[in-house]
Amino acid sequence: MSIFERLRSPDRHSAHAAKERLQLVLVHDRADFPPGKLDALKDELVTVLSRHIEIDRAAVQITLTRDRNQQRLVADIPLAPARARRREAG
Amino acid sequence: MTAMTATLTSGKGGVGKTTATANIGVALAAQGLRTVCLDADIGLRNLDVVMGLENRIVYDLVDVIEGRCKLRQALIKDKRLNDLYLLPAAQTRDKTAVSPQDMIRLVDELRAEFDWVLIDSPAGIERGFRNAIAPADMVLIVTNPEVSAVRDADRIIGLVEAEEKGPAKLIVNRMKPEMVRRGEMLGTDDILEVLAIELVGIVPEDETIVVASNQGSPAALDPRSRAGRAFRQIAQRLTGEQVPFDELEAKDGFFGRLSRLVKSGGEA
Repeated sequence: MSIFERLRSPDRHSAHAAKERLQLVLVHDRADFPPGKLDALKDELVTVLSRHIEIDRAAVQITLTRDRNQQRLVADIPLAPARARRREAG
Repeated sequence: MTAMTATLTSGKGGVGKTTATANIGVALAAQGLRTVCLDADIGLRNLDVVMGLENRIVYDLVDVIEGRCKLRQALIKDKRLNDLYLLPAAQTRDKTAVSPQDMIRLVDELRAEFDWVLIDSPAGIERGFRNAIAPADMVLIVTNPEVSAVRDADRIIGLVEAEEKGPAKLIVNRMKPEMVRRGEMLGTDDILEVLAIELVGIVPEDETIVVASNQGSPAALDPRSRAGRAFRQIAQRLTGEQVPFDELEAKDGFFGRLSRLVKSGGEA
């Protein structure tokens, strides 16, 4: 291993990328729910939620995760900044 | 005798199912266990050439199932080992010539004569795969340290469980320890963390496998072959022996490099 290779942080090695890609693709494979469908779900969810509350649309994150044997759909939905909400309400 | 039946499968093609079947078969027979390797890849037979028995084929698996010959007539005795036999696949038919029920009946007949039946499954998840796992007592999944092969292994693990043939065991084939050390190849630990199944062997990438297949003489017969050694260890583990895994992926460090340097110097 050369000094230059040693200096590279471990997460820049391709094995690290392989593991991350593998984990992500398996989460979707096991749930039989491809990433494209997840995007469509996110769009619909944003539309519905926006009818009720002002959300920060660009920052919404919907991900499939897996811890041990439990598959989980995780949604992180930040609200729009309070100032913006007050302005729109007023 | 009532043979233990193990099916080697992978989903993905080209990961080394046939090589693994031939080598584990050789290693089991070398222990004095009566072993038959059954090629379930109908239409694309290859186990015969890997075992170097292609010139002796008269009848095949489909001939037995369709009643054109007795099982005994289709079995080919190995050239080197008294306890090793091959049941070749048909080359001019396809997977639909055989049903899972046919395979169960055929293997039940073999069980009476052998200690081990090893079934070399075709790639894929269709009929050929279903035929190959139908008679299995144990499923061995062969994979390589690559995203595509591990992904397919995960799919197969699920299908094997759905058929109530699980839990499957894993063979990681074509490992390059040097690349793992450099962080440029998935390590066995990474693969096991993702797949969460029992490991039964790690086989290093080894040129002796190519030479062995050129000659039709499986590497497990060669005491100097590293891959052959790994296959012999798999056979030992299958028969219940506790064999520690060879340290292929030791983390690199000054002392690691020094000891390798000393070792290679000693061998030269």
